[in-house]
Amino acid sequence: MFDKIFPYLLAGVSVGGQYALIAVGYTMVYGILRLINFAHGDIFTAAGFFMVYISATMPLYLAIPLVTVLTVALGFTVERVAYKPLRTAPRMSIMISAIGVSYLLQNLMWYITGGLAKQYPVLPWISDSITLGSASTKVVTIVTPILTIVLVTALVMLIQRTKIGMAMRAVSKDFETAELMGIKINSVISTTFIIGSFLAAVGSMLYFTNYTTVTPTIGAMPGLKAFVAAVFGGIGSIPGAVVGAFIIGIAENLIRAMGYTTFSDAFTFALLILILLVKPTGLFGEKTSEKV
Amino acid sequence: MKKNTKTIVNLVLLALLFLAVWVIERTSSASSMLITVLKKGAIYALIAVSMNLLNGFTGLFSLGQAGFMLVGAYTYAVLTIPVAKRVAVYQMYAGGAIHFQLPWLVGILLAGAVAALFAALIGYPVLRLKSDYLAIATLGFAEIIRAIIQYEKLGPITNGSLLLKTYPTFKSTLFPFAAAAICIGIIVLLINSTYGRAFKAIRDDEIAAEAMGINLFRHKQMAFIISSFFAGVGGALLAMYQGTLQANAFKAAMTYEILLIVVIGGMGSVTGSVLASFLFIACSEWWLRFLDAEQFIGSFQVPLLRSGFRMVVFSVVIMIVVLFFRRGIMGDKEFDVEGISKWCRRKFGKGGAKA
Repeated sequence: MFDKIFPYLLAGVSVGGQYALIAVGYTMVYGILRLINFAHGDIFTAAGFFMVYISATMPLYLAIPLVTVLTVALGFTVERVAYKPLRTAPRMSIMISAIGVSYLLQNLMWYITGGLAKQYPVLPWISDSITLGSASTKVVTIVTPILTIVLVTALVMLIQRTKIGMAMRAVSKDFETAELMGIKINSVISTTFIIGSFLAAVGSMLYFTNYTTVTPTIGAMPGLKAFVAAVFGGIGSIPGAVVGAFIIGIAENLIRAMGYTTFSDAFTFALLILILLVKPTGLFGEKTSEKV
Repeated sequence: MKKNTKTIVNLVLLALLFLAVWVIERTSSASSMLITVLKKGAIYALIAVSMNLLNGFTGLFSLGQAGFMLVGAYTYAVLTIPVAKRVAVYQMYAGGAIHFQLPWLVGILLAGAVAALFAALIGYPVLRLKSDYLAIATLGFAEIIRAIIQYEKLGPITNGSLLLKTYPTFKSTLFPFAAAAICIGIIVLLINSTYGRAFKAIRDDEIAAEAMGINLFRHKQMAFIISSFFAGVGGALLAMYQGTLQANAFKAAMTYEILLIVVIGGMGSVTGSVLASFLFIACSEWWLRFLDAEQFIGSFQVPLLRSGFRMVVFSVVIMIVVLFFRRGIMGDKEFDVEGISKWCRRKFGKGGAKA
């Protein structure tokens, strides 16, 4: 019994870590801007395509940093062009803008790739196969959760201990007061997007090492699931997003193990609706009350 | 203008529109782009208006439209496939589990009713959620519905992930126009009623609306159910237009497209949504087609033009609208005779004074 489930469990932990890296980007942006950044999943896909094209022309030790830089630049640009002009607009407008950006990025990627699935390059070492007990898997499966935890711990330290982290916390608590205290709102928001995109770039390298083909719309589903993970853990809370992502990753693979593959996506959303009804603030979320 | 004259003028305009459509259909070939745009545009107009009722008039940011269209489309197709042809359609499932067929009109009405029923069930829990949570929860429901419809075990009813076909369709362009006009007419009547005013009050300020004695939950639920009913009808019409039906097409991207139509037309404007639908369909299916083909001027190949470029240009235009013309084509105004005459007077005011 355990031997049968073990490979799925392993895959669940691995994909959970990848979701976690995306989910942190969602939860940080939501914490500060109160915006579901629908384009985040597409930035994740774009990171995949950057890798496909760049690794074709240069060695990997140059390609990996370049891909990361480009992804961060993309995230930064999206924020500056599509979200910054709408800072004073109603929240619905920013969300529509996010959907518009997602639509644009998907169409752009379709145009550039001609709509064909591209083969992701083989990253050395993490693509190697290893055998763990009854399961044979790639090294990336083991590396993902470890790397995720290291990166997230570093991020939490950054937020708790550094000046920019303090500024982020201040902005997410109260926009206007933070501004009055002399915090440069725009640079804080940009930093948030930069960190989110950086983690998405790392997440995409791990994810596509597992799934190996990149298509223009492939990021939509992991993106939405990562968002669900962020809500599940309590939106705005980074440890919450990570825990939520691991739970979703594992649960989804266990459902596959039971033979209900069609429902693995639906399950995620059922979980979302359940959590929103029972505990809308999520596992680790703060309680907010609305003033008239 | 008096209310009576206004109604008469509007009805006359509507009659003229139908006459124009009839003439166009008589004079152009059935496969012409214009006919395609008119058919699909009319259906999208209905769906966009139904979404506008929720997002623009009631202020509920719902992203479940594709899910309700899917329910409507499947209800229609499953119930109206002729008994004799069921064996061919449900090849994998021994002719399917349903051994009767309904007339198309009943099918369409049931499509709306079943979508509305789903909305009532879903609305009960999710309508308590606020803005973006509501958006993501409805989006999630649409995904769940899609997964359920494609479920193997439901194959005898839904044909799993295989195509549904040979259900009754329409030939005349007038059919989607008439259906859309009736449905949009009902929505307009609703918007102008006390219920409609309550919806707008909720959109503008929930707390104030509640203080004025509007039952928030009941009105939200009502808007949600009615919107889903018409989304279901729209889904059925879309299924008729396409001739074949597969659940996979009704993804979140479809909801996004409809949302963008609503935004382009103007949140809270029925005529805006209608105009934007035709514009959107015309651009994506027809006017911007040339961008997808490689073109040469002499021996010089125009750069960038190749398959997919149309959608890029298109989405850039949409982003420009979203960022810089946030109110869309119509804002929350309506396109009517009174508005045009006022606009003319303002524009050509001097000329009018001289005469």
